[in-house]
Amino acid sequence: MIPGSFSYSSPGSVPEAIELLVQHGFDVKVLAGRESLIPVMRFRLLEPKYIIDINRIPGMNQVEERNGYLSIGALARESAVEQSDIIKRRYPIIYDTAEMIADPLVRNLATMGGNLAHADPGNDHPATMLALRAEVVAVGPNGERVIPIDEFFVDSFATALEPDEILTEIRVPAAKPRSGGAYSKLERKVGDYAVAAVAAYVELGEDGTIQQAGMALTNASYMPIRASNAEKTLGGQQPSDELIREASSVASQEADPSSDLRGSADYKRAMIRTMTRRALAKALDRARTNS
Amino acid sequence: MAGEHVTVKVTVNGDSYSREIEPRTLLVLFIREELGLIGTHIGCDTTSCGACTVRWNGQPVKSCTVFAVQADGQEIQTVEGLEQGGQLHPIQEGFWEEHGLQCGFCTPGMMMTASALLEKTRTRAKRRSGTRSPGTCAGAPGTSTSFARSSTPRTS
Ligand SMILES: Cc1cc2nc3c(=O)[nH]c(=O)nc-3n(C[C@H](O)[C@H](O)[C@H](O)COP(=O)(O)OP(=O)(O)OC[C@H]3O[C@@H](n4cnc5c(N)ncnc54)[C@H](O)[C@@H]3O)c2cc1C
Ligand code: FES
Repeated sequence: MIPGSFSYSSPGSVPEAIELLVQHGFDVKVLAGRESLIPVMRFRLLEPKYIIDINRIPGMNQVEERNGYLSIGALARESAVEQSDIIKRRYPIIYDTAEMIADPLVRNLATMGGNLAHADPGNDHPATMLALRAEVVAVGPNGERVIPIDEFFVDSFATALEPDEILTEIRVPAAKPRSGGAYSKLERKVGDYAVAAVAAYVELGEDGTIQQAGMALTNASYMPIRASNAEKTLGGQQPSDELIREASSVASQEADPSSDLRGSADYKRAMIRTMTRRALAKALDRARTNS
Repeated sequence: MAGEHVTVKVTVNGDSYSREIEPRTLLVLFIREELGLIGTHIGCDTTSCGACTVRWNGQPVKSCTVFAVQADGQEIQTVEGLEQGGQLHPIQEGFWEEHGLQCGFCTPGMMMTASALLEKTRTRAKRRSGTRSPGTCAGAPGTSTSFARSSTPRTS
């Protein structure tokens, strides 16, 4: 199907893009990797009058460590994230996540910023960013602000971004010694959204106890959610099979999935338990071997 | 807005084109209807099938999910651009010899993706691929062997 008509501009800088956003008010959409917005426009679920294409803005595709955090530019493509050496070596949970998104062709265009800004409860990066306690940088007419990830997702397909703001960067706390994370996703076939998926992150103390845990769920509710009770279950404990089982069971109770073509709510809850077990076991393994 | 036109200048298979189009024109429709290159197919409405795959500055992308106006100044290759000087591309030869298809509708897209993959893996000459072909397609085994054939260094 063919999208509705719109006016198009492709500004060369963030300030220029913001100016256009301010000018056009509510009838405007930012276009990044295209892989969610164009499908939605083809179904005429959205008919924006103005499209601001940010793909020609330079300097927003970095994947690098600076000032104590990992900086990912909003326009970093999933394929670049997936192929980044630093991601593979130091942030394997982000590699796990990117690699499971859509298919390689979609990943050649899809962006990290778009994956968060779209806030589809089925998008994979939101859970991982919740587990890692990332921050999102937004720039608007009044300058820049840094939004903690827990304040970023506010509803289904809704974020804390103002209509005249652009997400420019994602900041992930720099990987610490004895920390590890993993993302486990169950999908019906390559390229599909999750039946259930779980992001798990742990930081271990020198005695091997869990000092800090980050747990979050994909497609487990109407929006991406943090499994806070599972985090509490893990905090301060010595890892064991039993602890993993208990935290998995707690996480599955925190989920509130709905029945649809991907399965019944009960099935999905059971799969969240299984995915939590897998993600957590792998995260702990990675933390133990990360000195 | 409605009826508003923009100019797009794009290189497709080495030839330069300039056209006045509506911004909402999808790249796949631009290629088929404006340029008359109908080897690129449309198989779905959901960015799933890959029949529309072209190479965008070398990278395989789904042309049904890009606006043509975004291709301004870029280099696009379609399936028509694989053959060089009457010589089939090794990928085309592979698909031809091994019958890498069932109905053939998505084959142009398959070949564009495979040609990019081939360039990535050629030096390693790996005899593997096709592992992600659609599970329901009777052409999947043939697609695999087609790729294997194209990626095997020729002795003659
Ligand atoms: C076949 C298929 C399968 C998929 N499977 C998965 C999957 O398994 N997991 C998954 O996570 N995703 C999946 N996706 C979605 C894909 O990851 C999208 O790319 C992503 O959801 C949106 O990113 P984008 O860069 O393409 O954004 P766009 O489509 O360009 O934009 C999406 C939305 O975000 C806004 N936006 C984008 N960037 C910014 C920015 N910098 N600042 C402010 N607003 C912005 C846009 O205005 C728009 O509302 C799939 C897509 C397809 C087509
Ligand atoms: S036509 Fe199916 S992915 Fe483009």
